[in-house]
Amino acid sequence: MTMRPDPTFHASPKLAMEAPAENFAYTVLLSPDHSRPDALAVIDVKRGSPTYSKIVHTVTMPNTGDEFHHFGWNACSSALSPLAGHAFLERRYLIIPGMRSSRIYIIDTKPDPTQAKIHKIIEPEEVFKKTGYSRPHTIHCGPEGIYVSTLGGGGKDGTDGPPGIFIMDCETFEVLGRWEIDRGSQTKHYDFWWNLPRDYMVSSEWALPPQFENGIVPEDLLSNKYGHRLHFWDLRARRNVQTIDLGANHQMALEVRPAHDPVREYGFVGVVVDTTNLEGSIWTWWREGGKFHIEKTATIPPEPAPKDKLPPLLQGFGAVPPLVTDIDLSMDDRFLYVSCWGTGEMRQYDVSDPRKPKLAGSVRIGGIVSRAPHPNGQAFAGGPQMVEISRDGKRVYWTNSLYSTWDDQFYPQGIPGAEVMAIAGPNGGLELAKDFWVGLPDGYRAHQIRLDGGDCSTDSFCYPSV
Amino acid sequence: MSAADWTPAWLWLAVIASGLYHGINPGMGWPLAVSAGLMQRTPRALLGALGPLAIGHLLAMLLVILPFAMLIALVEWQRPIRIAASLLVIAFGIYRLVDRRHPRALARIPPTQLGLWSFTVAIAHGAALMLLPIYLGLCREADADRGHEAAGALINANFTMALLVSVVHAGAMILAGGCLAWLVYRYLGLKFVSRSWFNLDTVWAASLVLVGAVALVLAS
Repeated sequence: MTMRPDPTFHASPKLAMEAPAENFAYTVLLSPDHSRPDALAVIDVKRGSPTYSKIVHTVTMPNTGDEFHHFGWNACSSALSPLAGHAFLERRYLIIPGMRSSRIYIIDTKPDPTQAKIHKIIEPEEVFKKTGYSRPHTIHCGPEGIYVSTLGGGGKDGTDGPPGIFIMDCETFEVLGRWEIDRGSQTKHYDFWWNLPRDYMVSSEWALPPQFENGIVPEDLLSNKYGHRLHFWDLRARRNVQTIDLGANHQMALEVRPAHDPVREYGFVGVVVDTTNLEGSIWTWWREGGKFHIEKTATIPPEPAPKDKLPPLLQGFGAVPPLVTDIDLSMDDRFLYVSCWGTGEMRQYDVSDPRKPKLAGSVRIGGIVSRAPHPNGQAFAGGPQMVEISRDGKRVYWTNSLYSTWDDQFYPQGIPGAEVMAIAGPNGGLELAKDFWVGLPDGYRAHQIRLDGGDCSTDSFCYPSV
Repeated sequence: MSAADWTPAWLWLAVIASGLYHGINPGMGWPLAVSAGLMQRTPRALLGALGPLAIGHLLAMLLVILPFAMLIALVEWQRPIRIAASLLVIAFGIYRLVDRRHPRALARIPPTQLGLWSFTVAIAHGAALMLLPIYLGLCREADADRGHEAAGALINANFTMALLVSVVHAGAMILAGGCLAWLVYRYLGLKFVSRSWFNLDTVWAASLVLVGAVALVLAS
């Protein structure tokens, strides 16, 4: 409890952009063979600092096999909601779920990020008992506390009942219970986000645990059994109000990125692969006349490749699919960044006209076949994956691993963890920063990045940018 | 004029002051009016939001005060009722001091239900309770002037007083909140929202205890 709102809470996206730049990037490290405990790395990103682009602190967990993936803050700019009437939370704790173990770590980042430490551990049994869900994944802070999306239901393999969202108290971190009152036809889950003043949520679908935990299941993919629908919810009423099917061939609708400015009632979602032609795609959804609509607004073609350069999984296709595994929208809602993890490309689209994305910049690095090195000469295994944008939109950070077992199928030669950064031009254009290269400890891979003070995929706002 | 003659004036001042105090507290809703104006891109939306906020606050006042308007018509019970009301206000203040958690049910009210929101917030935070001892004080002053009238007339007078106190209080509240909302919307900008927001929880709870204690002293 504080006397003033946390200085990193901003009423509008514009105010967030004008705030001081980030000094630290938190990145989760995972031990893909579970031989070591997963960890949280604190990376110095303050230009001019003697430890710039180096890990300055590591929080190592006391267990193995958690599988860190996504994580988030206990509180963000959404605490300034005029409806909450109470803005006195601190952006202080990082909530890191283990998506394989269902264990959740609460990390205290005060008094200084370099002294971050474990504050609390929520054991899997508590999650199972209180929610009936398993495999916690995406974290957002909102009106009812901390919202946690899960990928699995009950039972050993997580298929006993559908996965969903549960709520945690944002101060005590007590698991409070399921969020949904009426889930409609929703049976799979992945990402979710919302428009707070307009009071709706959007959620996406990846797959059920048996379809991802031991690797991608090619038969399921080719028979279009992965997720391909979006669900729209009444946020306060906790009801599914509309479900839109993108078409069964649009397999794996993952990251949901609504416009940050709450006046704008649209957003984007990335689809990993179209099973008819291996394309990746970007879709734009919007609300009009009380209904949600969606259309495919950009496609990224596969790149032909000789069979002997492809992993066994792809040899039958003779091409590398782009694999759109993550997207992120800049704070001013102008540029959408699209990770093509298969072809090894980070694309930047100008989405000023949200239904007509225009390619504005691109960086090639890594890739299943191209294996483009970093401009500093270092080899970059894997491809651009989890991407995070600085609040001011000038720096774009990303890591290279997708998910332990899937990494091994697409990149059998292994993916040593790496984190890089690219500089974005004020009117588009993207260039890798030669002096930013975070070599991660041997045997670890890196996944999501969170910037101190908030970033473009954590903070949601209650006032428009005017 | 003797000091006693000034008492009603002070009490009316307290009705207005508590209204202004509630009005400038962001927790009572002025940022919602700013948000409405900005989201719909018209100052008329800001003004439009003030209506339901004022009505919600007014109804919350009446809900708490009206039962007492009837109760204190039982003239011989007036003193115990006043003491009980004071203790109730003090107890609620202490409860707010001890339990700092915010009622989670409030988070379920949709942004379109501003009137319901304003009503629930005023009840949950004891805004109406803060007004109760002032109201009871005014009733006593009025009754002292009139002497012992018939119970029916007394209830009527008490009801009129309840309505008057609630309207004046809610009017002052929405005037202060509306002005602040307009200033932020038109001149100060959104930075003011986070900069001006102080944690009033302790002050608020202490205000309840204080108002209750003063009323308790005057009643006994």
